[in-house]
Amino acid sequence: MEIPENVKKRLSIPAEEHFYAGHTACQGCGASLGLRYVLKAYGRKTIFAIPACCSTIIAGPWPYTAFEANLFHTAFETTGAVIGGIEAALKARGFKVKGEDGIMVVGWAGDGGTADIGLQALSGFLERGHDAVYIMYDNEAYMNTGIQRSGSTPYGAWTTNTPGGKKHFLERRHKKKVIDIVIAHEIPYAATASIAFPEDFMRKLKKAQKTPGPSFIQLFAPCPTGWRSPTDKSIELAKLAVQTAYFPLFEYENGKYKINMPSTKKEPKPLADFLKLQGRFKYMTQEDIDVLQQWVLHEWEKLKKLAEVFG
Amino acid sequence: MAEYKPIRKVVSGNYAAAYAAKHARVDVVAAYPITPQTSIIEKIAEFIANGEVENLEYVAVESEHSAMAACIGASAAGARTFTATSAQGLALMHEMLHWASGARLPVVMVDVNRAMAPPWSVWDDQTDSLAQRDTGWMQFYAENNQEVYDGVLMAFKIAETVNLPAMIIESAFILSHTYDVVEMIPQELVDEFLPPRKPLYDLTDFEKPFSVGALGTPADYYEFRYKIQKAMEEAKKVIHEVGKEFGERFGRDYSQMIELYRTDDADFVFMGMGSLMGTVKQAVDVLREEGYKVGAAKVRWFRPFPKEELYELAKSVDGIAVLDRNYSFGQEGILFNEAKGSLYNTDAKPLIKNYIVGLGGRDFTVADVRKIAENMKAIIEKGELDVEVDWYHLKR
Ligand SMILES: Cc1ncc(C[n+]2csc(CCOP(=O)(O)OP(=O)(O)O)c2C)c(N)n1
Ligand code: SF4
Repeated sequence: MEIPENVKKRLSIPAEEHFYAGHTACQGCGASLGLRYVLKAYGRKTIFAIPACCSTIIAGPWPYTAFEANLFHTAFETTGAVIGGIEAALKARGFKVKGEDGIMVVGWAGDGGTADIGLQALSGFLERGHDAVYIMYDNEAYMNTGIQRSGSTPYGAWTTNTPGGKKHFLERRHKKKVIDIVIAHEIPYAATASIAFPEDFMRKLKKAQKTPGPSFIQLFAPCPTGWRSPTDKSIELAKLAVQTAYFPLFEYENGKYKINMPSTKKEPKPLADFLKLQGRFKYMTQEDIDVLQQWVLHEWEKLKKLAEVFG
Repeated sequence: MAEYKPIRKVVSGNYAAAYAAKHARVDVVAAYPITPQTSIIEKIAEFIANGEVENLEYVAVESEHSAMAACIGASAAGARTFTATSAQGLALMHEMLHWASGARLPVVMVDVNRAMAPPWSVWDDQTDSLAQRDTGWMQFYAENNQEVYDGVLMAFKIAETVNLPAMIIESAFILSHTYDVVEMIPQELVDEFLPPRKPLYDLTDFEKPFSVGALGTPADYYEFRYKIQKAMEEAKKVIHEVGKEFGERFGRDYSQMIELYRTDDADFVFMGMGSLMGTVKQAVDVLREEGYKVGAAKVRWFRPFPKEELYELAKSVDGIAVLDRNYSFGQEGILFNEAKGSLYNTDAKPLIKNYIVGLGGRDFTVADVRKIAENMKAIIEKGELDVEVDWYHLKR
């Protein structure tokens, strides 16, 4: 569909599509929306590396690709290493990498491929200082293999290997704070983002593009299939995650923290608003909900403190 | 073509490998240290530090798995890519070795053969590399430091022609840390022999977006595998041509995948791979003086496997003693297994016996070859094997 120039000018997000219809994501998939924004931000002069995860499938089987950019599919745990290798090759061959007119090298991996099996390669990538962007899309479980827990799965969640049941065998650990692990590497730019706030996400993608060295973005991406949530509620869920401070949006730039959302002046919305829309939390007792709510507020206080002291 | 005047340098096998990578003008090296490979990558780092190479990106990764992953990324992005490893490191890379061949990337790697743990051992043993037999990598076993150097240069040319990765294998300490004269080739002549890489595909080509390694459904996967096998078959031809060209340019002919040594009128031959074949050749000279009609058959390329050359050899001898510095548990020596299997459907049926030798760095000497010769002679006279697999050094 042709968009008139005057309308185009008013759009806050580029009208150009580089992610094609016909991809094979489920209805309401947050990850696919995330991919669409990344491609809008970086355009076709981009080299993606994607490990085993839902996005392998979303991109389409050989010989098809939903991407208008080049894409290298790689092994589950290797995203950090592969984008490091690609960047090294581009440099050896004299290409400009990153920046306004350089080639963008983008690692796009799930929470499993980032928080768990790929953590070592991620750490190596961050430490070595490659000019590339690593985006972790966080759907809080291993969806590609059929909804198993990851290090990023929240307390109290049902997954197929924490299925609830008589013994109340639910996830018993809190969500791993991958972004904190990343920040411990003291890279120039790291941020959280959400598919519900595309302008904020686009701005962060652009910042990551302009900042030399490795950048990291943790993108909150609801998964109706794995979360047992209605397919038309993904944006609402992503919004609520931010408003409840369950997944606050913030940036870490050269040692400084900046909270973008929710407002630090107001009380966050109750977590139950977020939980009740999802089947994956239906086995939680009131006690479980309190544990998770407390953890969320505790982490929120910590983040506010960081922003206050290192703002 | 400039006249070839070799530069003679006394170097270890590892330094020979590093010089070859330098002369091949590699773009990216991603590697992780492990004894006895370490001095290869240290030497390359030194070349960079001394300004002896230009535009070489050295990626100091955090594991061998990532080393191969980074090499794969680099190679997919068009770079001439090199790495080196050994034993546990190679085993950790295993998954990614499939990725390199499956994505048809001509990464070249030196593996320093070292025994697998436990028990810990840093000494020579071929099981590490042979366990990677089915990964779609070509494998060249070097007898000496010269062959390490020549092998790396040829490997780039062969790999980049058939779009498959290649492994050059040298033995721990016996070559990696032993100094010997190596005739190196002046840079401009290497450049003539090995022009810049022309990748099969290049991630920097944005004209027509493409993806590599996407899901292959049952409708297509099978054909992808077949094409790797076709490339392996083509590699035999390319190995012959490149080996011949190397001989014409630089005087060392590698056109044969099995190097035959005094086999013309031999009653039986010793067959094996790598540095132990140096010992065997020396033993053949001694045994010939003692009246044994023996020869040596050094298998240079294990993948692709030189079936045809083996058949020609097998037709002309009564016996083959296969020396394996490796073992496939539950079966037999790996080269023996391959050789025996290759001859089964042919009319060449010499007596073929397996001697397991030198595992984990156990010494293997001329005297050992003589004992094996005595045994081979006896079984050939009798016309039957005593045992099929002989754990030659076993303390009984
Ligand atoms: C070495 C290895 N182990 C296991 C797998 C199986 N596997 C493929 S994708 C996946 C889960 C991916 O989860 P995540 O990274 O969170 O992405 P998502 O599928 O949720 O999008 C697993 C376990 C694999 N491909 N490779
Ligand atoms: S399972 Fe979830 S993440 Fe995967 S494609 Fe479907 S909605 Fe997206």
